[in-house]
Parts: sequence; C-alpha cells; structure tokens
Amino acid sequence: MSSTVDPRLLRAPPKKGIRLSWADERFRAIIWQVLIVGAIAYVLWWLIGNTQRNLEVRRIATGFGFLDREAGLPIGESLIPYTPRDTYFRALSVGALNTLHVAVIGVVLATIFGTLIGVARLSKNWLVGRIAAIYVEVVRDVPLLLQLLFWYTLLQGLPGPRQSLNPVPGVFLSNRGLKLPFIQWETAHSAALGVFVLGCIALWGVAWQLRQRQYADGQPRALWPWGLGLLVGLPIVVWAVLGAPFAANTPVLRGFNFAGGVSVSPEYFALLLGLVTYTAAFIAEIVRAGILAVHQGQWEAAQALGLHRGQVLKRIVLPQALRVIVPPMTSQFLNLTKNSSLAVAIGYQDIVSIANTTLNQTGQAIEGIAIIMGVYLTISLSISLFMNWYNARIALVER
Amino acid sequence: MSDITAGSTPVPTARRDAPIHTSGPIAWLRVNLFSGWVSTAVTLLLAYLIVTRLISFVDWAFINAIWAVPGGNQTQACRDMKGIGACWAVITEKHRFILFGTYPYDEQWRPLIVCLLFIGLYVVSAMRRFWRAELGLIWIVTLAVIGLLMWGGVFGMPYVPQERWGGLPITLILSTFGLAFAFPLSILVALGRRSKMPAIKMICVVYVELVRGVPLISLLFMASVMFPLFLPEGMNIDKLLRAQVAIILFAGAYLAEVVRAGLQALPKGQYEAADALGLSYWQKTLLIVLPQALRMVIPPLVNTFIGFFKDTSLVLIIGIFDLLTAGKTAIVEPAWQGFGVEVYIFIALIYFCFCFAMSRYSQSLEAQLNTRRR
Repeated sequence: MSSTVDPRLLRAPPKKGIRLSWADERFRAIIWQVLIVGAIAYVLWWLIGNTQRNLEVRRIATGFGFLDREAGLPIGESLIPYTPRDTYFRALSVGALNTLHVAVIGVVLATIFGTLIGVARLSKNWLVGRIAAIYVEVVRDVPLLLQLLFWYTLLQGLPGPRQSLNPVPGVFLSNRGLKLPFIQWETAHSAALGVFVLGCIALWGVAWQLRQRQYADGQPRALWPWGLGLLVGLPIVVWAVLGAPFAANTPVLRGFNFAGGVSVSPEYFALLLGLVTYTAAFIAEIVRAGILAVHQGQWEAAQALGLHRGQVLKRIVLPQALRVIVPPMTSQFLNLTKNSSLAVAIGYQDIVSIANTTLNQTGQAIEGIAIIMGVYLTISLSISLFMNWYNARIALVER
Repeated sequence: MSDITAGSTPVPTARRDAPIHTSGPIAWLRVNLFSGWVSTAVTLLLAYLIVTRLISFVDWAFINAIWAVPGGNQTQACRDMKGIGACWAVITEKHRFILFGTYPYDEQWRPLIVCLLFIGLYVVSAMRRFWRAELGLIWIVTLAVIGLLMWGGVFGMPYVPQERWGGLPITLILSTFGLAFAFPLSILVALGRRSKMPAIKMICVVYVELVRGVPLISLLFMASVMFPLFLPEGMNIDKLLRAQVAIILFAGAYLAEVVRAGLQALPKGQYEAADALGLSYWQKTLLIVLPQALRMVIPPLVNTFIGFFKDTSLVLIIGIFDLLTAGKTAIVEPAWQGFGVEVYIFIALIYFCFCFAMSRYSQSLEAQLNTRRR
C-alpha cells in the first residue's frame, strides 16, 4: 500500500526557525502577546499602586486579620449557634451557610416545580398548556429583584400574628413569617432516619444485584417490594421498637408571637418563593425542549417492541431527553445560586449581606468582596464539577 | 398471484355512520378540554379556579379601585379600602416620579423624548432592512442626541446634572450603553478564546470564567466600594459610570460565550476556504467568519439582551436611581407607605412590555432564519 503514497508526502515538513520579520506568523504572534500581556500587567500594576497609596492615606490595614475580631453584628437566623459576641469569621460562615441553605432547597424545589410546569405545557389539555405558557411568559419577563420585592411586600402586608391566616390547622401565615407544626424530635426519629439512609444504600445494592441476575437469565424482577421493605417497613419497625413516640409540636399563639413549631422567616420565605418561581419558569422551558427533542419515532419504536408506557418513559425517552436537559439545567442551578445574592435587597442575611455589613464596619472593602467572590466561585465550581460528572455518566457513549 | 383480490367476492361489512364532529368548535372542545375523565375533571377544576380568582382580581384592580385621591396625599380613602381595592392613586400621583425620578419637573419632556428615541432605536435595529453598516452611524447619532437632551446646557435647555437623572431613562441608558460597549468587547473576547496564542487565550478564559462564576451584585459592589480605591487621588469617576463599567464587564463575559458558540458552529470549511483565498486573519474574520457566525446566534443574543435588561435593576442595591429604585423611593413617603404592591405591578408591566416584545421578536427571527437555512 505504501508504494501508492508519494514518498514526498511522508517527509516531515522542514523545520524553520522563527525569522525576526513581520511576515512570519509566529513572530507576529509573540509580539502581539508580549504587547497585550504587557499592557494588562501595566494597568494592573498601576491599579495596585494606586490602591496601596489610597489605603495608606485612609489608614486601612490590609489582610484578613479582622476575621478574628468580635463582629458585634446581630444575625436573625442561623443554622449554627451564633451570638453578636462571636468573630467575623463565624458571622461570615453563618452567611455562607444561609446562602447554601436557600440555594440547596431552592434548587430542589425549582427542579420539581419547573419539571411539573414543563410537562404541563406539553399537556394535551389546552387549558393546562395555556396556563403553564402564560406563567412562563409572565415570570420570565419581569426582573427577579422586582419579584422578590413584590413577594416581600405582600408578606409584610399580611396581618399580624394575632389575626394570622390559618389555611390548614397548625399552619399560620402572618407578617412574622410562616409557622409550621413539626413532630417532637426524639432518638427514635433519628434512629429511623439512620435506618432509612442505610436502606437507601442497601436498595441500591439490591437493584444492582437484580440487574446482574436479569442480565444472566433475561428475567425481569420487581424491585418495589424491596423498596417498600427497606425504605418504609424497616424504619417503621425501628421507630415502633423504640417506643413509637409521636407528639406534634404545634405553633401556639402566646402573647404577641408564636411559640413552638418550626418557623420560616418572611425574608427567607420571600427569597425562596421568588427564586423558585423565577427559576422554575426557565427550567420548565428546558424540560419542554428536552422532551420535544426526543423524536416521535423513538416512542413508536419502543411501543412496537412491546414496552408499556412507563417503561418507554423510563428506558427510552428520559435517558435521551436528559442528555439535552442536563447541560442547560446546570447553568440554571448556577443562576439560582448566584441570584440568591439578591437576598441583600430584602434583608435575608446571606453571605453578601453579612460581608457587606462587615466591610462597612471594618472598611476592609477588598477583603470583603474577595470573600464574596471566593464563596460563590467555590459553590459554582462545585456545582459545575458535579453536573459535569453526572453529564458524563448519562452522555451518549460513542465509539 | 399478481392480484390477490381477483375473483374474491367483497366481504359485506356493517354500515358505519360518519363520525360526528371531527371539526368545528365542539369537536375542538372534546379533543382539547374533555378528552377523558381526568382531563374533564382538570378542566372543570381549573376553570372554576380561574373564574373565581379572576373575579376577585377584577374586583380588587378595577371595581373597588381608587384612581385618585383629594389633595394628592389624603390617602385615608385608600387605607380604608386596603385589601379590598387597589390604590391606583399612587400611580396617578407618582407616575412622573417613577418614570423620570428627580429630573426637574418642567424639563421632563426631555427624558420622555429620550425614552421614545431609545424605543425608536430598538425598533430600527430590529428591522432587517436596516442591518447595514449605516446602522452603526444611526446608533452613534442617536446616542449623542440622547446625551445632549439629558444634559442640556445648549439650545436654551437648562443644564441638568447627572445626579438628578432617574427612572426609566437610567434603566434604558444602563442597558443600551452596556450592550453597545459589551457587544464589541464580547466579540474580541470570543475571538481571543479561540485564538492560537496561549497567553491571549488564557487571559480571555480567566476573564470569562471569573465573571460568570460570581453574581452581578459582587461586581456592582466592587464598582461602588472598591473602584474608588483603584484610582489615583483626586481622580473620581461618577457612580453611574462605575456601575455602567461593571455591567459592561458582566455582559461582555456572557455575550462572549454566545458569540463563541456561533464561531464554533461555523463549518470548518469556511475557515479553510478563507485561508485558501489568501485572506489575512482580520479579513477572514470580518468578511467571512463574523457575518455568518453572528447571524447564527442572533436569537440567543436577543435572549441574553433580555436577561441584561432585567439585570440592570440590580443597581438598586448600590443606590442608583433606575426605574425600580424610583418606584421603591416613591412609596417611602409616609402618606404612600404600604402601597408597594400597586407600584410594583406598574413597574412590572413596564419591564414586561419591553421584555415580551424582545422575546417575541427573537422567536419570529428564529423562525425566519430557520426557514432560510433549510
């Protein structure tokens, strides 16, 4: 075969040294890069010089030493114990946790709600489809900040605790936020929860085992009895063995406010409501596009193979739709996380709000903004990495 | 064998009536609203909910609403109707403030013309007839006229300092100037990210990923708190301009990714053909690559524009007087406190009109461009 190839083509191209001439492309490239990098370095050097001079004039010490000082700033809601006597570092950690708190719950709720709206938009029922479409259009075309302010104003306009709305027994909605009943948490509940988590891991193993056996003999086996036993039965048994404690902790009006139960502050509630409704509209469009991207022929071919509707969805349509859905969904999750920074406008104390107060109190503007950016970059990169891993798992395996 | 029906007698089949109503409104209702038990139940439930909600909304927004109050701030009538009827009097009273901020009252025809000029500019830019080099000239002239009208100081118009500008013109200025500068920047960055020169590529990657990884608020804070530290003493840049720079940097990174998608979608043959013709890098880029690549990404570009138009509202957090801030300030006055919902609905309608028009435009454009490509 090699005889048919012109031997001249097999020779490597002659190596040329860089000529010091404008006509040489590589020479030009080097000159350009040196010029541009030099210009950027000069501007940075100039800015840093100015900053140092300004900081000296204003007598601001740079560095993160202020993190150990007493913060003295009150924080309304916190996932870890916190008092104003604690350090700035702890205050900022509370802020970062608050950001994560709203972002994680927001992502889960927005995914569920958005998927529902997206599927509703494809519904055969005209009315359902229209309502979903109107929802998406209206919510997408109004700024999120405006929506947050709107929800917050609405929540603040609610009556006080004494006249609070009581849509379901035990649930109170007033201008102090949402109060929900919760069970009195005891050891038995923790144990049941632990068994549930173990059950999830065991179920995953059982599913793998059943799949291996199906590969061996082609016989499908039902997983749901295992699921019922491991996820529902076993936790209930553990809970019952430990004495089956059940006492509801219902919020009760005492004086001017409520005692007991779980409370959701109006700030958190407004932020979560705004983020979820806004992001859900975008997720709905992504889900719709993903489902529409699966060709009709795939449904027909699957049905021709004798699969029933559930199997078609699970085995044929969803895996293909997910490939289209996951990459844009990742950027929506990132958007939701970044948009949670708008909390500062309605007074929910997330990382931006607390870092902003910190930099106003200490004058450490550069450090404060570096902390905000660092926290968000960390969260963004973590979500990206996870979603890239997930995307690689479900991606089309090509030869 | 050639004709299997040959010789066989036709099998008599039961007589079937023509199906009732396969077209017309009743058939449409049967297919789309009442196709089964579940569908019927859902339709009825939703219809009930919509009708009751709609009635109470109409009651609140129109029938029980109060459109004007005596004296301009005697809001007792509104307070009595709280929760029963909307107090549109706040809009009647404050709409000039919400739209134009603290701009001198007698001169408010100037920001009004500015808003109309902006809308005219958008409409002209949207028409494909005007997609020519002259469009750039139209933009420069219009933006110059807008600056002239806002500042004044000539032709008998009194000078109005920038601190008094506010409301809708600020929102339009931030978004339009932002895009006018961010768009060329984004093209350069997108080209840089695909460049073979490692140093330039790295700078562009770091810029895009850094900006896309942090929220716009942190950039705005940087512009308002950190930027004064960057400048030599005595040199001071106006707050609006600093916010504008932050928005340009932010928009540039996002638009660059959209443009890059277009550059990547362009078939390699186009690049190679341009090389074969002996075109230089800039000739190739300006004459062959960009015209095709940008045309391909116009719909996503418009979607990104919508995003930025909405995101300019974030300047509220650093205290710049845009439409949303003006609305929020309008209800600070004790007489009008507690009527935020009405004001926010009014502002939402303005934003909605702009964004909805853009999104419809993007959809129609997408349809047009797709038909042409097929």
